[in-house]
Amino acid sequence: MTTLAEQEAGTITKSAVFSQGTWQKILAFASLIVLMAVFSIASENFLQRDNLIGILQATAVNGVLAVAATFVIITGGIDLSVGTLMTFCAVIAGVFLTYWGLPLPVGIIAAIAAGGLCGSVSGTIIAKMKVPPFIATLGMMMLLKGLALVISGTRPIYFNDTPSFPMISQESLIGAILPFLPIPNGVLILFIVAIVSSIILTRTALGRYTFALGSNEEAVRLSGVNTDFWKIIVYTLSGSICGIAGLIIASRLNSAQPALGQGYELDAIAAVVIGGTSLSGGRGTILGTIIGALIISVLTNGLRILSVAQEWQTVVTGIIIILAVYADILRRRG
Amino acid sequence: MMPLVTIANLDKAFPGVQALKQARFELLPGEVHALMGENGAGKSTLMKILAGIYKKDAGEICIDGIPVDITSPRAAQDLGISIIHQELNLMNDLTAAQNIFIGREPRRAFGLFLDEDALNRNTADILEHMNLRLDPRVEVGELTVAKQQMVEIAKALSFRSRVLIMDEPTAALNRSEILELFSIIRQLKANGVGIVYISHKMDELKEISDRVTVMRDGEYVGTVPTASTTIDTIISMMVGRSLTETKSEVPDLSRHEVMLEVRNLSRGSAIRDVSFHLRKGEILGFAGLMGAGRTEVARAIFGADPIDGGEILVRGKPVEIGSPEDAVRLGIGYLSEDRKRFGLATGMDVATNIVMPCLGRFLSMHVFLKVRAIRETARAYIRQLRIKTPSDSQEVRFLSGGNQQKIVIAKWLARDCEILFFDEPTRGIDVGAKNEIYKLLNALAAQGRAIVMISSELPEILRMSHRIAVMCEGRLTGELPAEGATQEDIMRLATQRQSITTDAADAMIRESTT
Repeated sequence: MTTLAEQEAGTITKSAVFSQGTWQKILAFASLIVLMAVFSIASENFLQRDNLIGILQATAVNGVLAVAATFVIITGGIDLSVGTLMTFCAVIAGVFLTYWGLPLPVGIIAAIAAGGLCGSVSGTIIAKMKVPPFIATLGMMMLLKGLALVISGTRPIYFNDTPSFPMISQESLIGAILPFLPIPNGVLILFIVAIVSSIILTRTALGRYTFALGSNEEAVRLSGVNTDFWKIIVYTLSGSICGIAGLIIASRLNSAQPALGQGYELDAIAAVVIGGTSLSGGRGTILGTIIGALIISVLTNGLRILSVAQEWQTVVTGIIIILAVYADILRRRG
Repeated sequence: MMPLVTIANLDKAFPGVQALKQARFELLPGEVHALMGENGAGKSTLMKILAGIYKKDAGEICIDGIPVDITSPRAAQDLGISIIHQELNLMNDLTAAQNIFIGREPRRAFGLFLDEDALNRNTADILEHMNLRLDPRVEVGELTVAKQQMVEIAKALSFRSRVLIMDEPTAALNRSEILELFSIIRQLKANGVGIVYISHKMDELKEISDRVTVMRDGEYVGTVPTASTTIDTIISMMVGRSLTETKSEVPDLSRHEVMLEVRNLSRGSAIRDVSFHLRKGEILGFAGLMGAGRTEVARAIFGADPIDGGEILVRGKPVEIGSPEDAVRLGIGYLSEDRKRFGLATGMDVATNIVMPCLGRFLSMHVFLKVRAIRETARAYIRQLRIKTPSDSQEVRFLSGGNQQKIVIAKWLARDCEILFFDEPTRGIDVGAKNEIYKLLNALAAQGRAIVMISSELPEILRMSHRIAVMCEGRLTGELPAEGATQEDIMRLATQRQSITTDAADAMIRESTT
């Protein structure tokens, strides 16, 4: 019945010029610009180069996690485990580099592989055991949080033996070439992840099946496509991206903090939703997600500059999420 | 007599489509007025405007001769207009009574508590008024589709509706249920209710309607009294041309290679020991009553459902089919009877849907999509099958049923499947598009593809098939050559069971003689 209503709504307001996703992106982008304009008028500190770079820096982790979540949400699923999976991967990096003293590249690969492995486990539980994504990833969220604490002995793992580890997110490769643009590597990684993910979503069979799964999974299966396989691949890819987020955050803190992580999944989902990806699946873009993540960071940063208390920042973020989705609903209604 | 509803010069545009152009309609009290037209002719749009679901762009709607502005479904209800959609809008976990009075529940004790007794009593009153034997306390999900439809009608009557719009009310009903529905319609008629009846089934219109209004491409074509108008006239008004309904010749296929052979296929009580073979270039018609197990056989062979036992041979070689993926690899395609649920990703574009089963062929370096090649292939099929769409990037949900069906066919042609299962290929498709689908099936067979066509319409089976297999209660009860087979022959096999009721057979025959 809802699909009928959706179809009707779509028929009425279908724009000949832009698809729905495009409109939402423009809307989100416009909100970002407006927010930035407001903050730059309210405080002259806002538009300072260092502050803007700080905003990007703050977006890196949530942005990468949101990209990971975007894949899963487009299939019509949800992933509540991205936050604790990120932490778990950071702890794995700590185990490989600090406990076992292995070289940096091995640690990096181990963290990303651990993410992919956990993702494939979630994917298998969802695709093969038919456990609903919400429940499967809720379970994974708790399981991984516990495992991270067990493996680390509930203590942070420091990367003091791997002096180059902080470089992953803190140094600036771009700054070395363009000294006036000291964008930290964490942000660079975010952009690379976003661009590669965007290409995967729009240009590859995996991307096409990601949308198709969210659009009508049974029709895809009856087209002779191995939907279980592709679903597992999507969760695996999403998990690997969480592994990258784990490396960024561990590098920034120069430690794996096993108690960290829970709550990040909600920020990631918020960014995805503000960016116009439909929670019912079948629609969404990486660009939208990145803009969504930026909106959250700009808001947090701007409110902090205006000395608004942290508690109130959270309140405002909550309101923004509801407004973003409501604006989309209003527009669809025409 | 003052018309109940008068619609004049109604315009409605959706982005890219002029859905209605100067549309007209009139409904008298106590009249059953059939609204006909091919899919996309604008019938549903017109009625949705009357029911307040869409807003009109221009034109006038009068109720009892007074111009009205129907801004919402609620406003329509207040004017006594109710619509019963093709897809029923009931809450399956609530009872019949709870469904009928949803939002208007009788209360007791200062409006704090629901008065369940009054609810059931009021419902019983309405049901009695309809001469319908139904317990108000029964959960709607446990009722048959026909009974659910009755609940919808009861709900409409509870609003004291004077105008009742029924969109394809008999699509999911069997003959005896249809008769039940008709008797209720006649009763409503006698009470002065005006009924707009949208359907594709000509014989039903003849039986129930007083007048027929035909629409084509969003425009009013004409209104004629049903009794004095032939079906051929109505069809030619609908399509703007006359159709030929001739049986194609049955080619001699006895020396053609056997493409598919099924031996002793079984699954629970749904499929019992089914064996048949299918030759290259052959159209094998699968006839039977609804629920005879035909769809189940197709789905089992296609790997969509697991089987308990049996052997499947493709080109003489035994094969294991554990999933649709395996079936597709062997060149077997399945076109579901429910296109929207099982055939198409309706939120995605035409090109994506067409290449869905063969996306692997459109990859460079096994990873990247060849976007241009995909579009070219899609465009080739759009031309070849004459799919009416603004472009290959149009979302499938905006196309009509016939065009959606063609996209499903294109999908399997693009995959180059040699064995094709068509499950009710013309269900919900209008007459003109039906003929095109028939031509397409014949052309595919002539190209050497092997086709199984499942159909509940006996004239369709008799017209299209080279050979006819009949199923009843999961068993294959017989095979008939197409030459000389009659509807009676098929029905005899389709009802070959212990609990055989000749009534059902007679009903089926009557239903199919259009």
